[in-house]
Amino acid sequence: MDLIWLIPLLPGLGAAVNGIFGIRYFSKRTAGVLACTTMAIALGVSLTAFVQLLGLSPEARVHDVVLFDWFPRTALEMAGGRIGSLHIPWAFRLDPLSSMMILIVTGIGFLIHVYSIGYMHDEPRGGVARYFAYLNLFCFFMLTLVLGANYLVMFVGWEGVGLCSYLLIGYWYEKKSAADAGKKAFIANRVGDWGFLLGVFLIYFTFGSFDFREVANAAATLPVETAQFGTLSLITLLLFVGATGKSAQIPLYVWLPDAMEGPTPVSALIHAATMVTAGVYMVGRNAVLFTHAPMTMEIVAIVGVLTAVMAASIGLVQTDIKRVLAYSTVSQLGYMFVAMGVGAFAAGAFHLMTHAFFKALLFLCSGAVIHGMAGEQNILKMGGLKKYMPVTYATMMIGTLAIAGIPPFSGFFSKDEILLQAFLKNKFVYGMAAFAALMTAFYMFRLMSLTFFGSYRGAAWETAGHHGADAGHGGHGAWHGPHEAPKSMMFALVVLAVGAVLAGLVGIPTAIGGGNAIEHFLAPSFEASHSAITAGGTGYAGTEAGATTHPGAATHAEPATAPVAAASVPAEGGAEISKAFELGLMAFSVLIGIIGIAVAYRFYVRRPEIAARLEQRLAGPHRVLTNKYYVDELYDATVIKGTMASANGLWAFDRRVVDGAVNGSGWMTIFSSWFSGIMDKYVVDGLVNLVGSVLQESSFVFRRLQTGLIQNYALLMLFGVFAFVSIYLLVVRSL
Amino acid sequence: MNHLLSLILFTPLVGAAVLMFVNKRSENAIRWIANLFAMAGFLVSLPLWFYYDDRNPSWQFVERAAWIPSIGADYHLGVDGFAVLLLLLTTMMGAIAILSSWTAIKERVKEYYIFLLILQTGMIGAFVSLDFLLFFLFWEVMLVPMYFLIGIWGSDRRLYSAIKFFLYTLAGSVVMLLGILALYFNYTDPQTGLHTFDIAQFQQHGFDTSLQWWVFLAFFLGFAIKVPMFPFHTWLPDAHTDAPTAGSVILAAVLLKMGTYGFIRFSLPMLPDATRAFVPMIATLSIIGIVYGALVAMAQRDWKRLVAYSSVSHMALVMLGMFALNPVGIKGSIIQQINHGISTGALFLLVGVVYERRHTREISEYGGLSKVMPVYAAIFCVMMLSSIGLPALNGFIGEFLILQGIFTVSKIWAAFAATGIVLGAAYMLWLYQRTMFGKIENPKNENLPDLNFREVMTFVPLIILAVWIGIYPTPFLNRLNTSVDRVIARVSPQYLQQNASGTPADCGQKPAASKWQVAPCGPGQAASPATAPAGTVPADQPKKVERKAIPAGGTAPSHEPGKAKPPTTAAAAPAKPVGGR
Repeated sequence: MDLIWLIPLLPGLGAAVNGIFGIRYFSKRTAGVLACTTMAIALGVSLTAFVQLLGLSPEARVHDVVLFDWFPRTALEMAGGRIGSLHIPWAFRLDPLSSMMILIVTGIGFLIHVYSIGYMHDEPRGGVARYFAYLNLFCFFMLTLVLGANYLVMFVGWEGVGLCSYLLIGYWYEKKSAADAGKKAFIANRVGDWGFLLGVFLIYFTFGSFDFREVANAAATLPVETAQFGTLSLITLLLFVGATGKSAQIPLYVWLPDAMEGPTPVSALIHAATMVTAGVYMVGRNAVLFTHAPMTMEIVAIVGVLTAVMAASIGLVQTDIKRVLAYSTVSQLGYMFVAMGVGAFAAGAFHLMTHAFFKALLFLCSGAVIHGMAGEQNILKMGGLKKYMPVTYATMMIGTLAIAGIPPFSGFFSKDEILLQAFLKNKFVYGMAAFAALMTAFYMFRLMSLTFFGSYRGAAWETAGHHGADAGHGGHGAWHGPHEAPKSMMFALVVLAVGAVLAGLVGIPTAIGGGNAIEHFLAPSFEASHSAITAGGTGYAGTEAGATTHPGAATHAEPATAPVAAASVPAEGGAEISKAFELGLMAFSVLIGIIGIAVAYRFYVRRPEIAARLEQRLAGPHRVLTNKYYVDELYDATVIKGTMASANGLWAFDRRVVDGAVNGSGWMTIFSSWFSGIMDKYVVDGLVNLVGSVLQESSFVFRRLQTGLIQNYALLMLFGVFAFVSIYLLVVRSL
Repeated sequence: MNHLLSLILFTPLVGAAVLMFVNKRSENAIRWIANLFAMAGFLVSLPLWFYYDDRNPSWQFVERAAWIPSIGADYHLGVDGFAVLLLLLTTMMGAIAILSSWTAIKERVKEYYIFLLILQTGMIGAFVSLDFLLFFLFWEVMLVPMYFLIGIWGSDRRLYSAIKFFLYTLAGSVVMLLGILALYFNYTDPQTGLHTFDIAQFQQHGFDTSLQWWVFLAFFLGFAIKVPMFPFHTWLPDAHTDAPTAGSVILAAVLLKMGTYGFIRFSLPMLPDATRAFVPMIATLSIIGIVYGALVAMAQRDWKRLVAYSSVSHMALVMLGMFALNPVGIKGSIIQQINHGISTGALFLLVGVVYERRHTREISEYGGLSKVMPVYAAIFCVMMLSSIGLPALNGFIGEFLILQGIFTVSKIWAAFAATGIVLGAAYMLWLYQRTMFGKIENPKNENLPDLNFREVMTFVPLIILAVWIGIYPTPFLNRLNTSVDRVIARVSPQYLQQNASGTPADCGQKPAASKWQVAPCGPGQAASPATAPAGTVPADQPKKVERKAIPAGGTAPSHEPGKAKPPTTAAAAPAKPVGGR
């Protein structure tokens, strides 16, 4: 366990080697094998660490590894004038939640690396190395994100996965739509990061620490903010803003569907299985804070369920195979936030895990279909592929049944747990979530029907040269019709399909005789540590306003505030719910799934004309859905146009007014110097010249006296002498 | 070692002198000599990194000799951690700038390198001067070579830009000189009874509050123009756009730091009362600058001008962190100055590379360059990420410290300032997309050569530094401890009160210190503040700060949004002027 820092570092090294040397020197095979090897070793280390962790007693399942200081200690004032010390080490922490996450990331990551070798086979050599460098770098950051022991190390991963997402979405950078989508993803994430960072600042300001456990322990001693929207509510709301960016929730979800511009394995790994769940993980990581902020919890649940319904409804009418899955991802992420919002953190994390399996599987299957169809992504141009790609069909069917919540596939267990918890907390949320589940079953089976059932509607393969955007074709010249993918891709499909079937078994609810092992395993991660909770915790239950917002009062296996000791108490100890009722709910949700499937089967396989007729009858709503509620257009018209307009306006202001003032004073100076010049020339110099000219003029008068004639001078002299003698006689003598 | 600073200071000048005797036709010889001297200048400055003692709060590597004894001006050099970092940045960026000019400059090669080397000496001198008059001398010396660099080797409207740069900064520095003289005439050295220009003494003297106000405003004009802060920034885009690449690099990486250096070195410690009073004004201007600079950058069609406006935005963030007046904010501000030098310097170098190939800076002329210049695109990507503050690269370190620092002062300010991270990403990514991504549509770009070895070498040190500071900034931040403490002792003495009384505040009060707290809260941490400038902090100052245990039962630390804690104003008052006036 002391080597957990190796887990992120290995793919990091792979990325560095592939990025610096691989692009120039490695063959496609070398680059791919190198990347897969790093992931395989990381998976091995993760498994070892996981087994070691399991060997510890449940309370002791925390292991920290500190590498070195990142931000050395610096004094900084906190709330109330205390002076704390800002200090952030490079610290990694293995606990139940992070151990589950590293297994998901390294496990599914490894499979997708293997799949990519086949999928990216037709790319140019340097491109493949670049692709694997990015993919490895992504795993590096994702593992840093989940292993980080404090907010800042997590933020490194948080921003880093955003960067890799940007790079991978824009992998085909020559395509404008791909470059645009990458940029959109990054900026939408940055808007979320704005909230996340402010939340982190407020956490330091309030608690004086960035360490998850220290913050959770300190928060556990604070009262639950039921009545007023206090500091904890603000912190959690800001953190949730970050989560809406990363996990594609309303209002920042718009980037995820566009992110499908990237290669399909990328969509599977980043935009389905791992990165987009980071927001859910982060909320789970801060479970203690969230349980102390019921108002934020309510916001989380409602945003989650609205996102789930909205995305599912858009998914009903999409025709691009990957976009259907993208909206499905948004919708499922909404589910996870519902779980978080109703305080069922373990259920949310459980759904995160099962979703990682079945959604990665679905994306990889869609990749196999796109590959087999030589780049075609429109499901209306497919059909009847069952007979050409039986393995893909079978595995994708498993994924579909899992996401539709049909037992015994994994999705059933996790989704059912969320629905149950939602039912207990908030009937409105439950109703919406059940509705979304209905739509999920429907659109997924619509996708299956249009792709694999019916008759083939695509291009004929003698003439087909349609190499679309996501062209991953098996490298044997002209297209010979739909066919199965190469072995490396099949391998990943089969393994993931097994996972999609079995992953639910770790969380079989107690109502049907399971142990719900995963909730018990994860529970310690969602609580303050044992020593701290004795001080606070349930002591504040008396101030609760109502059971709907109080986490822990009305649940049967509520992990959020239940002390560690309570985890051993039989989980069906909740007061309000009987086993039979739980089974009834379960049956209802299965029924919903079956209805959705049956309707889709009827519309798209048995009687396709019904779908066409409905589409005509409901042309208005259909158009709104096809255009995704015009949200992109709305954002474009307001936020983007607004920003650009203010940018251009300020630029004009800068030139005309601010710089205008500078130039104006410059011109004033020049003018005044010109004026001074004029003054100088005509007034000052004029005066000087005036004196001169006066002298000159006067001298002209006097010059006339200077005639040069001796007689005149003698005469003047005579007058002079005469004058002086007269004055002397008249004036001086008289005194 | 005694004359290390003089050695660093005069190495470039010697290089300039040597160049004067080289035949101007032998251009390659000139280039080699200039590069060798610039590299030597960097190498001789390296010992500062190793021999600077970050525990010693006094000035180090001090040299002192009488210069103009009749007015009390000395040739007085010395550095602290802050100056060391800026000095190393200067010598490194100087060497890089000179290396980058090898093929870019083809006319008047000799004069060009002479001016660059003289500029180098001017900048170094400003950072090492401990005499205010000497500082002012170097401050003015910098202007002249820069003026010629823009005016002779610039592009398009170079004369307009050069004159604008020169007059604008000169106007500010004239007013600043008045401020310097005001301090000079209001202080006498208690030992000699004479007026002095000694910076260290000014920093410990409590000037009259009304005098502080006027001098602060005078300094503000000088430094704010240099930074440049919001309404005084318009010379910068013009100067940057029209300067030759090396000029832009130096301008962004070092010259702008003169302004922020001035604030931290002079305004804050010498005029603490006025500093505290002007916090709201500067914070407002800075926040406007952050948002305004970013938005205007977004509207640019000229690549270099875009980077110039991003510079305005980043430097506003630096100013904001500084005026948080707490150790975290000021450290963040200083480290962000270094980061800005690295990333913006690199961005200007990058523009220079393509400008040299295509002779245009219009963004629309480019597009799809990743295809033909992959190495260039990769380096640009790293530097873009550094500039927009991606964690694990250098930009984030500064941004985070600054924003956390200012958050303590005002949450609203922090919220507005943090929008800069969104806008910064927007304009940089858009620039990257427009230049690097897409198909090559302009046939002139089809055969652009990728970076050659020399060009790659200009970027390698910057990338190494960006990653180093991003992952392990401790060596940099620790070198700033004493410098920051010196400022903090003046502007926010309550921090040192805490530290001087023992250990950092959180030691021993967290009930369950987690395992990773290996760094002891021992005396090593508190050593520097305890011995910080003696006598500056009155011992009898009332302790405004109480300590509370963090998890204090049920009582939450009250949350008061928007209520900034005004720092105590008792700091400078007690130390009355000894010499009188």
